[in-house]
Amino acid sequence: MRTKLTTVAAATAATVILASCGSGDGDGGGDAAAERTGEGTGDSCTIEGAVPIGAVLSLTGAAASYGESQQRGLELAAEQLAEKGGVTYDLTIEDDQTDPRQGITLFDQFVSQDVSLIIGPTLSNAAVQADPIAQEAGVPVLGISNTAAGVTEIGDYIFRNSLTESAVIPQTIAKATEEYGLENVVVMYSNDDAFTESGYEAFADALEDEGVEVAEEIRFSKSDTDFRALLTQAQESDPDALVVSALIEAAIPLVTQARELGIDVPIIGGNGFNNPRLMADAGDAAEGVVVGAAWNSSSDNPENQAFLKDFEAKYDARPDQFAAQAYAGLMLVDQAVRANCSADREDIKAALGELEDIPTVLGEFSIDENRDAVHPAVVQVVQDGAFAVLE
Amino acid sequence: MQQLLNGIFIGSIYALFAIGFTLVFGILDRLNLAHPAVFAASAFVGIELVERGGLSLWAALPIVFVFGAVLGLLIERLAFRPLKGRADAHFAGLISSIALAGMVIALLQWRYGPDTRRFPAGSFPDTRYEVAGAQVTLVQVVILGVSLALMVGLTYMVTRSRLGRGMRAVAENPTAARVLGVNVDRITAVTFAISSALGAVAGVLFAINVNTAQLGMGSAIELKGLAVIIVGGMGSLPGALIGGLVLGLAEVFAVQYIGSSWRDVIAFGLLFVILLLRPQGLLGARKVREV
Repeated sequence: MRTKLTTVAAATAATVILASCGSGDGDGGGDAAAERTGEGTGDSCTIEGAVPIGAVLSLTGAAASYGESQQRGLELAAEQLAEKGGVTYDLTIEDDQTDPRQGITLFDQFVSQDVSLIIGPTLSNAAVQADPIAQEAGVPVLGISNTAAGVTEIGDYIFRNSLTESAVIPQTIAKATEEYGLENVVVMYSNDDAFTESGYEAFADALEDEGVEVAEEIRFSKSDTDFRALLTQAQESDPDALVVSALIEAAIPLVTQARELGIDVPIIGGNGFNNPRLMADAGDAAEGVVVGAAWNSSSDNPENQAFLKDFEAKYDARPDQFAAQAYAGLMLVDQAVRANCSADREDIKAALGELEDIPTVLGEFSIDENRDAVHPAVVQVVQDGAFAVLE
Repeated sequence: MQQLLNGIFIGSIYALFAIGFTLVFGILDRLNLAHPAVFAASAFVGIELVERGGLSLWAALPIVFVFGAVLGLLIERLAFRPLKGRADAHFAGLISSIALAGMVIALLQWRYGPDTRRFPAGSFPDTRYEVAGAQVTLVQVVILGVSLALMVGLTYMVTRSRLGRGMRAVAENPTAARVLGVNVDRITAVTFAISSALGAVAGVLFAINVNTAQLGMGSAIELKGLAVIIVGGMGSLPGALIGGLVLGLAEVFAVQYIGSSWRDVIAFGLLFVILLLRPQGLLGARKVREV
């Protein structure tokens, strides 16, 4: 590789800069972009080389089930964009093993490989640790599942297309309060994860706004699997609902054991519950679980209908929200690249910030002044083994 | 009442795990850190038997017991026997068993992937009983029954049977036992087999109890198992039983009366206090070195 680079560098001066940029000098992006800009605008935009995009997903470890969905969504989007032509993407997906330290290593690697943009990482707690690396190097990041507060506050290169918990949860609580007449609830959350902790804070605020009394707060660890003692404790307050902020790994045994103990009130979950595995693995116990979501799987907008059909055709499985957000993520990157017909880091950054009312599988999508996503949310309840819109 | 039962159920699984642990640790004086890997492996194998093999849970349990025993023989043969002649055999075995545990977990990941696995829905009856206002599932009753039966059977075997006498003789002094005609290698291997078989059953029962099997489930319980055997008294089987129940109940009542965040602090703190008051453990005999 080194000899090859040297040969090419001797040939053209422009590539010398590219090579130096490749060794980690992030601010040289503007000059290296000779190959990264093309002719035309929007749909007619044509860029010669493939645009390098790095994605950091959790394909193994505790968050593997989210990462796998995201990988499928991204690959489907990349495939369709390649068919569309004009701009092609060289998408490299790496596994952070649900370990923030591994995420940092991968971010470093992508920054030095001169990618135009980094997608990910899967979990918010990895994002808060890895995103500063991209921010410092001037590489735009698009989070496709980070929902904890504060992720985009890291800097002006950090964007996300995932609705924050603080955007979804108030709608969830308001809707559930209206439907079930909640007066008194027990809140349970795992307090050793940035995502579930910020979900808890959003729940606490929303419950206060709705005037719902919190009888008790119960904390557990994200690696816990036996919740009987905690649930028995919760049961004693005789709540109208359990409000739970947990990842899917904890959510499944928690829901199963709650029903086993005879707790049959609605269980209101955060984003972690928003996963078809809940119904697959918890079975009947999942009935009555209420989850706010960023993506309405039954939405009839044309992008969504096409996505559902294509995803099922390719994978023979139904997509979940993580796949939908990943798919929408790469499509939005494409929009941003085409806007200025440039895959230069600075140009992508500028274009991402200006995305407005873009039709996506998530609905009409905009990026707000805090670089967070703006689009409609949906409140779902598990009925007969599937998510149905709560109304 | 419900909390009391919760504590007993989880405690009986801790106890079952710890008894396998203590059998090797206490009797053979070897710390087998591959035990947690057996715990995890058997849970995954149990799920596969039920899911793919279509076996009922009750048919799967004896098979897992045998699977665990075979794993135990392998652990003894691969991680302990080659090193037994070394002066530092205890530490060498401890470290080689960690290595073996790592390999077992890696094999599991290769075979089953990193995801949490569960028994297929409806693989055990969801019969529920109400005992004094508390909910108990049939599965929990079975877990308790199996745990108690295995513990009583094992205690009887170690104290009364010829094999048990052999074990205790080897524990006391391997050289003297050999002189007296005890087949030390065979006894050692059998002890490992029984120990791992118990760990295997504990793994499946744990997976049933919380309907979750994860690659890391063994390491999560490892520390608790160690705490239980030390509190119960090194090598004491009834001690491990009581230690397991004490830990289970301590966890549950810490949640009940103090708060869920304090569970581990209270549970392990209590164990610490017990050790301060009774360094030899609840039922352990103080070791006296005789000349």
